[in-house]
Amino acid sequence: MTKYKVGIDVGSTHTDAVILDEGNNLIHAEKTMTTPDVTSGIINALRLVLEGSGVSRDDIAAVMFGTTHIINAIVQRRNLGKVGVVRIGLPATEAIEPMLDWPIDLRDSVNAGITMIRGGHDYTGEPITQFDEDSLRKALEAFRNRGVDAVAVTSVWSVVNPEHEVKVRELASELLPGVPIVLSHEISSIGLLERENATILNAASIKVMVNAINALREALRDMGLEHAKMFFAQNDGTTASADYIVRFPIFTVIAPISNSIRGAYVLTKIPNAIVADTGGATTNIGALISGYPREALEVEIGGVRTNIRAPDVIAIGLAGGSIVKVKDGDVKVGPVSVGYRLIYEGISWGGGTVTATDIALAKGIMSIDDPMCNPELARSKIPSWLVERAYAKMIEILEDSIDRIKLKPEPETVILVGGGSAMWPKTLRGAREVIRPEHAQYANAIGAATALVGAVVEKAYSYEQITRERAIQDASEEAKKRAVEAGADPSTVEVAEVEEIAMPYLPGNAVKVRVKAVGKLKL
Amino acid sequence: MVRYHLYKTDVEDLVVGAAVLGTGGGGDPYIGKLMVIQELERGRRIEIVSIDEVDGDAFIVPVAAMGTPVVLMEKIPSGKEALYSLRLLEGYFNRRVDFISPIEAGGVNSTIPLVVGAERGLPVIDADGMGRAFPELQMVTFHIHGIKATPMAISDERGNAAILDTMDNYWAERIARAITVKYGGSAWIAIYPTFGKLYRDAAIKGSISLAIEVGKALREAKLAGRNPVDALLDVTHGFELFKGKIIDVQRFNIGGFARGEAVIEGLDEYKGSRLMIRFQNENLVAIKDNEVVASVPDLITVLDSESGKPITTERLRYGLRVLVISMPCNEKWRTSKGLETVGPRYFGYDIDYVPIEVRVKRVVKP
Repeated sequence: MTKYKVGIDVGSTHTDAVILDEGNNLIHAEKTMTTPDVTSGIINALRLVLEGSGVSRDDIAAVMFGTTHIINAIVQRRNLGKVGVVRIGLPATEAIEPMLDWPIDLRDSVNAGITMIRGGHDYTGEPITQFDEDSLRKALEAFRNRGVDAVAVTSVWSVVNPEHEVKVRELASELLPGVPIVLSHEISSIGLLERENATILNAASIKVMVNAINALREALRDMGLEHAKMFFAQNDGTTASADYIVRFPIFTVIAPISNSIRGAYVLTKIPNAIVADTGGATTNIGALISGYPREALEVEIGGVRTNIRAPDVIAIGLAGGSIVKVKDGDVKVGPVSVGYRLIYEGISWGGGTVTATDIALAKGIMSIDDPMCNPELARSKIPSWLVERAYAKMIEILEDSIDRIKLKPEPETVILVGGGSAMWPKTLRGAREVIRPEHAQYANAIGAATALVGAVVEKAYSYEQITRERAIQDASEEAKKRAVEAGADPSTVEVAEVEEIAMPYLPGNAVKVRVKAVGKLKL
Repeated sequence: MVRYHLYKTDVEDLVVGAAVLGTGGGGDPYIGKLMVIQELERGRRIEIVSIDEVDGDAFIVPVAAMGTPVVLMEKIPSGKEALYSLRLLEGYFNRRVDFISPIEAGGVNSTIPLVVGAERGLPVIDADGMGRAFPELQMVTFHIHGIKATPMAISDERGNAAILDTMDNYWAERIARAITVKYGGSAWIAIYPTFGKLYRDAAIKGSISLAIEVGKALREAKLAGRNPVDALLDVTHGFELFKGKIIDVQRFNIGGFARGEAVIEGLDEYKGSRLMIRFQNENLVAIKDNEVVASVPDLITVLDSESGKPITTERLRYGLRVLVISMPCNEKWRTSKGLETVGPRYFGYDIDYVPIEVRVKRVVKP
């Protein structure tokens, strides 16, 4: 019996759904509007794709979501959990209290009390001072009385030695049974404030994720899909089971961006390339390295600085719905967009707004399979000088952004994906080749549906205390273990990437080791 | 203004200015900024005084952090470390400190003295010992004016503290560096203790105000839609060296220092030219089409050409659109002792130092 997978990706204007067979062949795809609550849009897309495909519900083995639940909750400060914050590191770290530079409204909606206690480690793994268990106990009791939704724990140099963070989890299991305890060394890497911020945001998002998963699970049940396993796309282009992601919801916060980049790889099998994902309002330009999105050093989420693993992308306000304007003899395209109203407001649909899509239609670059769309309108109503200048401007902006995302000057393969990607030409400056694969408009949902289960572990070691081989082995084993926790079939888990980053100026040959392990879904 | 207090906006301006004066190094001032803002949030005040307010017999102690930027990012300070050093030095001299001073105008050490001043309720002098950022303890104008680095005190967050008395300022650097490692990679020093009479001759005046002015100029230019770089050059008496796109960055880890070079391909009026910047933590030399156009101790700073924001050497990468500016260093660095301490030859470049304003006339704009 063939097993099918459904992939769903939530974009800012559209929610896309695809059904793939075991060989990752596209069986059916649907586009619907994204809804403000996200969940009902997902359910619409799911229903449409199931009905359209004719695949029996019994044969759907997994539903894989790339969702914006978490980023929306953080940006809108809605439904977030109340977090008890524990920082371990005194007497160090007292100079900057947790959440100091957070936007005040976000801090107020998350903060359920901050406690700073003695403990933590130096980069050598030696304790800074003795761990203060009494203060921890008091803090946890106070959190219990206040009824916190989750606890976020960050200890100094826990990426070298997580001992004190683990102690909090042990004590909390006794004092705060059932309350999620998030440990920073499981979230991100070096940089205490950035890691602490990510840990607190993760803790605050757990409630949101629980609610989303419950609603989606109920919807699956209503559709006769209760047997299908649920997976959620992660920021790094991998996926993880619902049971795992409910512990680490922050790993989904910008997953849809990675889905497109990963989808570009799945559609082309080109592991190293630049990917431009053009939607209705924005184009995200990122890079594929060995089949995964290249990652950025730090990411701001809802106005908070974090160091979670996330794709390195340039977002530009130039896409299918971007409005074309002439001001003081200058032609401007974007960043304002008509978004989903393109099909009412675009010139080619009889509307009164010149958009980037109208320019590409007038130029004869693309055609649109929509009986309501008449490119003749664009050709007759937009003066040809404007078509030429606006199109030249669009290409210039895209080429410039492609150049900015590159790390070296040599021309690279450029893969174009996304619903608006048909508007781009077949050649671009700085591109060795420009590829717009078949099903490019569904790259995001295909990326979600085909993702492997993955986990990343980052730890710091001193190569004077442990050999390089042992260090890499240690990190690899931990990464593999976490990939299995995330829902990978143990027999398929393998190390996908090992990266060593020397830490300059630190004696003892201190190195950060980062290992990514991936495996197939356990279905 | 001879005495004034700092507010949050001043602090935000100051760290931007400190990054410009940091010439690509000096550490990310983000942590330092948050430390100062935390002091203000705790209701403490930061008082800045002009160097003219300092009596000849006033006891002045510069304070600073030393160590590895990555440790500062992970083991955030307690904020009390430098106080232990101050207290130890006060005990040694049996005299209370009257004024705090920065040793550095660029990077994270532009903010550390403000935290100490706030914690102790002591005024901070609007001056420093570099007028920019440099990597070693003897690279200060106090050194070239014959002030001894020691007795100095060096502390950590646990309250470990040591007094050093060394045979010269180079030994102070070496021993302090070794202790820093034992402390866990970062240490907090009170150094070059001196009296008003000597300090007034040796220090570089007005560095805190200058950093604030630079940050403010960038902020206000941006708000008003003016070119931020022009505003910046006005305030610093600097020169535009080059505009272009970074096409190559190479890094070598030699002797524990982050050395490297960046090549920038010219845009607009610089089209057809290339500028190479050599750096070791800080930007040291700028070479345009095989001709040196700026060198230490003059300041060389790389800015994002759109935002005018300074870019540190560790963040230089292919594809960035940048503008390179150079600003004249303080006259004290242009003496023979100054150049011996921080001239191009000290950093291993066999070239003569020519002041930027002279070079600019000669090569940049014929």
